[in-house]
Amino acid sequence: MGNRISCQNTLISVSNLSFSRGDKKIFDDISLEFERGKITAIMGPSGTGKTTLLKLMGGQLLPNQGSIIVDGQNVHRLRRSELYNLRKRMGMLFQSGALLTDMSVYDNVAFPLREHTKLPESMIRTLVLMKLEAVGLRGAYSLMPNELSGGMARRVALARAIVLDPMMIMYDEPFTGQDPISMGVLVHLIKALNKTLGLTSIIVSHDVHETSAIADYIYVLSGGKVVGQGTPEAIRQSDSEWVQQFMTGAADGPVHFHYPAKDYMDDLLSTGKRY
Amino acid sequence: MIELLAHLGKNTRSSFSKLGRGTFFLLQCLAGIISVLPRPRLLLNQMYSVGVLSFLIISISGLFVGMVLGLQGFYILSDFGAETTLGVMVATSLVRELGPVVSALLFAGRAGSALTAEIGLMKATEQLSGMEMMAVDPIKRIISPRFLAGFLSMPLLATLFSAIGIIGGQIVGSGLLGVDEGAYWAQMQAKLDFYDDIINGVIKSVVFGFVTSWIALFEGHDAVPTSEGISRATTRTVVNSAFSILGLDFILTALMFGDD
Repeated sequence: MGNRISCQNTLISVSNLSFSRGDKKIFDDISLEFERGKITAIMGPSGTGKTTLLKLMGGQLLPNQGSIIVDGQNVHRLRRSELYNLRKRMGMLFQSGALLTDMSVYDNVAFPLREHTKLPESMIRTLVLMKLEAVGLRGAYSLMPNELSGGMARRVALARAIVLDPMMIMYDEPFTGQDPISMGVLVHLIKALNKTLGLTSIIVSHDVHETSAIADYIYVLSGGKVVGQGTPEAIRQSDSEWVQQFMTGAADGPVHFHYPAKDYMDDLLSTGKRY
Repeated sequence: MIELLAHLGKNTRSSFSKLGRGTFFLLQCLAGIISVLPRPRLLLNQMYSVGVLSFLIISISGLFVGMVLGLQGFYILSDFGAETTLGVMVATSLVRELGPVVSALLFAGRAGSALTAEIGLMKATEQLSGMEMMAVDPIKRIISPRFLAGFLSMPLLATLFSAIGIIGGQIVGSGLLGVDEGAYWAQMQAKLDFYDDIINGVIKSVVFGFVTSWIALFEGHDAVPTSEGISRATTRTVVNSAFSILGLDFILTALMFGDD
């Protein structure tokens, strides 16, 4: 499981990051590295703060401690305008797609171009149609977001995320709640886009099978710590009980089936206080 | 007792922190207006949904309020044989008080609640976060145009309310109850002062528009992003707007007409 040494090829490095929400410690001194041109997955059960980590990387949240360097820039030291310039090069795909519901598919994909560039409408049209073609939804350009299925909405959001030709994309739970076909489509798209556009991809997910099929490197998070890291093969072979439980989906193990409670017998036999 | 004190302390603290957040939000929102000006289309779209779509409820309510004023005013004034001053009574009450206040209350119910729900849902569905990640400031792109639209629409709607109300009063007064039409308009023209009455009424509605839009947008932006949170935020918008409108109306009336 050895530590990777940071090198020239690192696009993002998270070092000694701690973050808490109220009294709850979400991350406790974690360090991660994301290599350029690779697909890196962050896995872990729900509630481990995977989405929070993406928000920290995007500068939407401020860590209590530690730093996140993206392409040589410390995200949390940047001024607002510099952060916004950096974000133009960071695509993010939200779990829900986060499409603007008052605009058509076409306008949603055109949105970043219209906001950030002064391109003529004919050029915007070409770019939008190219990106929609890449996700296979050129024919759906006139639909409204409420007319799309969940998988289609995510593909539109993906087209929107790549329309400014970013250097990287962060995927927040891209496979959750998808039928097998849309899941397959998304797996294929993430891999293909990463290769053809030379992107760096970060996938946050708890879908073990799909994610390990395309990831080059995996971090497994739990309880605010990195409990395992390595290539998918190394993770599968991991001797950590915890990682094994997560990868195989066993009901009991280091993560208990039961929510912490007082003794069962005592609880049943006790009288008095109602819940 | 201690619990009560602790509860009181907690509530006071959270209200102050909310006030602070609200003020900060307002400042951001005002600063964002600069970037709305070069993009009039954003403003026009919002003027349509905030202002034009409130047109119907404002005009119908204005008509009925004016008609009721005409009816009630006639019964009181005719006791003194002063029914010819009906126009003055209807116009003064509408222009000074009822126009700005009632239209602002309706505006809070119609447009304010819609703004809160819209912004709250955009927050819940991560549209605002998504925009931030696309390097688009949601305050500038979403909030400020809506704020400006509410702020500009309110005086227009209040003026419309008063104008239609005056016509309503005339329909009932001279149409049904036989007040001389010439007297209705002439007395109104003679007694109503442009600065004291009309401009002061417009100032009131500007203030109400400002406060209502601020409350509505802030509540939406500050809402807990769940269905319950948004429903509470929408309720708070209507309740807080109503309180603020009525409270401010008293203060403004005292300042404007206190010397008379």
